Amino acid sequence: MANLLTVSSSPHLHGDLSIKRIMWGVVIALLPATLVSFWYFGIGAILITAVSVLTCVLVEFLITKFFLKEPTSIGDGSAVITGILLALNVPSNLPVWMIVTGAVFSIAVAKMTFGGLGKNPFNPALAGRVFMLISFPADMTSWPIPVANRAVLVDAVTGPTSLGIVKEGLAKGDAMSDLMTRIPSYADMLLGNMGGSLGEVSAIAIIIGGLFMLIRKIITWHIPVSFIGTVFAFTGILYLIDPAQYINPVFHLLAGGLMLGAIFMATDMVTTPMTRSGMVVFGIGCGLLTVVIRIWGAYPEGVSFAILIMNAVTPLINKGLKPKKFGEVVKNG
Amino acid sequence: MKTFKSGGVHPEENKLSAGIPIRIMPVPQTVVIPLAQSLGAASTPLVNKGDKVLVGQLIAQGATFISANIHSSVSGTVAKVDDAIDASGYRKKCIIIDVEGDEWVASIDISPDLKANITMTKEEIISRIKEAGIVGLGGATFPTHIKLMVPEGKKAEHLIINAVECEPFLTSDHRIMLEKAEELLIGVKILMKALEVTKAFIGIENNKPDAIAHLTELSKKYEGIRVCALKVKYPQGGEKQLIKAILNRGVPSGKLPIEVGCVVQNVATAFAVYEAVQKNKPLFERVVTVSGISVKNPCNLLVRIGTRISALLEEAGGVPGDTGKIISGGPMMGKALNSLEIPVVKGMSGLVLMPVDEAKRMKVSNCIRCAKCISVCPMGLAPYHIAQTAETGQEERAESLNVLDCIECGSCAFTCPAGLPLLENIRVAKNKVGQLIRLRAK
Repeated sequence: MANLLTVSSSPHLHGDLSIKRIMWGVVIALLPATLVSFWYFGIGAILITAVSVLTCVLVEFLITKFFLKEPTSIGDGSAVITGILLALNVPSNLPVWMIVTGAVFSIAVAKMTFGGLGKNPFNPALAGRVFMLISFPADMTSWPIPVANRAVLVDAVTGPTSLGIVKEGLAKGDAMSDLMTRIPSYADMLLGNMGGSLGEVSAIAIIIGGLFMLIRKIITWHIPVSFIGTVFAFTGILYLIDPAQYINPVFHLLAGGLMLGAIFMATDMVTTPMTRSGMVVFGIGCGLLTVVIRIWGAYPEGVSFAILIMNAVTPLINKGLKPKKFGEVVKNG
Repeated sequence: MKTFKSGGVHPEENKLSAGIPIRIMPVPQTVVIPLAQSLGAASTPLVNKGDKVLVGQLIAQGATFISANIHSSVSGTVAKVDDAIDASGYRKKCIIIDVEGDEWVASIDISPDLKANITMTKEEIISRIKEAGIVGLGGATFPTHIKLMVPEGKKAEHLIINAVECEPFLTSDHRIMLEKAEELLIGVKILMKALEVTKAFIGIENNKPDAIAHLTELSKKYEGIRVCALKVKYPQGGEKQLIKAILNRGVPSGKLPIEVGCVVQNVATAFAVYEAVQKNKPLFERVVTVSGISVKNPCNLLVRIGTRISALLEEAGGVPGDTGKIISGGPMMGKALNSLEIPVVKGMSGLVLMPVDEAKRMKVSNCIRCAKCISVCPMGLAPYHIAQTAETGQEERAESLNVLDCIECGSCAFTCPAGLPLLENIRVAKNKVGQLIRLRAK
């Protein structure tokens, strides 16, 4: 027997859950979407992803090791997630130095400044993406056409995203029936054969990752379902009011970053509410803001802004919405 | 299969001693009997140095309303009434007796015959249980006779027997159900009579199929007793969770089970009630599980109260070389002990030995707001937010977050991926809120 007995308060057991396990689980869940992006965008996608992940990990390593002089936290996998998510949020022909800038912003400013994993109020990858969108608006919105540009690194043939086609077309006064012929088919949108950021394209690959996280209990259904459901319901109502002015809700689900945002970004546990009711409020808020920005805002896509705005409201939601306490409803069964 | 709805965790069961029959521990040379063995006030000693005592003789009397009698577990001479270290880790008043022979008080019926006929009235039963010093043997040690006195204006409908034993490693209740089934069923009937109820449920988790089958079969002879098999989930042995699982009734915050017409008693307590009422035997011995991953012979021992734990550990094959922690009770809610000289008390259901590498806590990191603590809390609380109030000293906020509802089951800290000492901080908050409420009352 050891000379001294450890005396500590209960519980004396700990389950097998750890931050590492959760974070690497998310990395696994991101693989399908990442691989699909490699398939459609080829060498450009691989380069962007590799540079993004390496930069994120390196920046976190340098900050913890040489600035904070703490044991480094890169092993927990969260920097890898930020790197992958950031890459999934940009077009494949983005100049490499730009993605480096975005990755540095994500980790150094949006994450480590606040105290590292767990303390950041905003999703680091989204903060990085919006930073790039504002800094490099042209490069961040030129979308290489998939498959055709697999082997191309620079001067890719680009085209608009489906959301862009609709928004600009409606602004120019084009007829909805005409626009419908110009957007990709729903099957292509599901599989990812359309223009867009690396991870925006394939709804199916993202849903597979989401189901994996759901089964592993990394996320719950509340945020994705309320987010996507709100977008569907809101755009559905608008479509019913005036189908000539508003495109149908299925399009809104499959186009742009909704799936990626709702399943991977809005479920980032650090920056979203902790109670079930809070999660539903968060999801509905994201859904409403997304539609408002998509339809009436200056940008064709509003998912990133919607999530960041709701991230800012999260502390308030956490304070106001408590879990349902035991024994509140007394049954006489 | 039934279980409580929200929250709960699944620690590894490790019921290593489930198949080992109860062994009777030899009577030790000396016993150290603490005066504080039940919830409430410590008892008042009735003996002095040099007094001769018999097994089962009353040696300390319940001091106040919530307090329990204590009987000698051995025969011999009182060596001293002095301070000795007990399971709290502090020195507390104890009666220390040097053992001579094993002579029992004559009024105890030592025949092995089963006595099924309940002749006492409700009042006689309650007063006998009080005399016998019976307390809740699940670990909470609330004096049993008080639980049987239903407050004015309330009515008991159901007696619920807690045979869940949801703590890992512990098997003492399991063995009692297998080896003393008839006795405990009569004990249940006695409790039903004392409460004037016609229905009793025995809640058993389905990791004990032999006990479920055995008691289901035998209970057919006893009218009104039903065995209820429950899906394994910790902390189903919490009385609010157990009532929810069996009857789907939610005991309101801050209220006792009687609010929903229930009284909950532990299964080992029911056996002790049988012995007290039918055999006139006070509570001076109990079954204790000694177990642990590295323990050579995990076992269930019938031990006289006051026996030092070193004797029990010896009986289980000695203290393994890698032991880093000794826990009184189960590993989820039990207390870590700091000495091998600590005596067995009424509330000690087991001794669990943990290896050094498991005894230490994991490294703490930032909360990542994964909300696992919220989803596993069986009381529907927000453990992380309450724990934070302890760090920042916001007692009012802790109170508004219903900190007093916490049953200290430890599910939150068990599951926390950041390894935060959530329950430890919640206990601090609970304590401060308690002080605050007492100050307000003044």
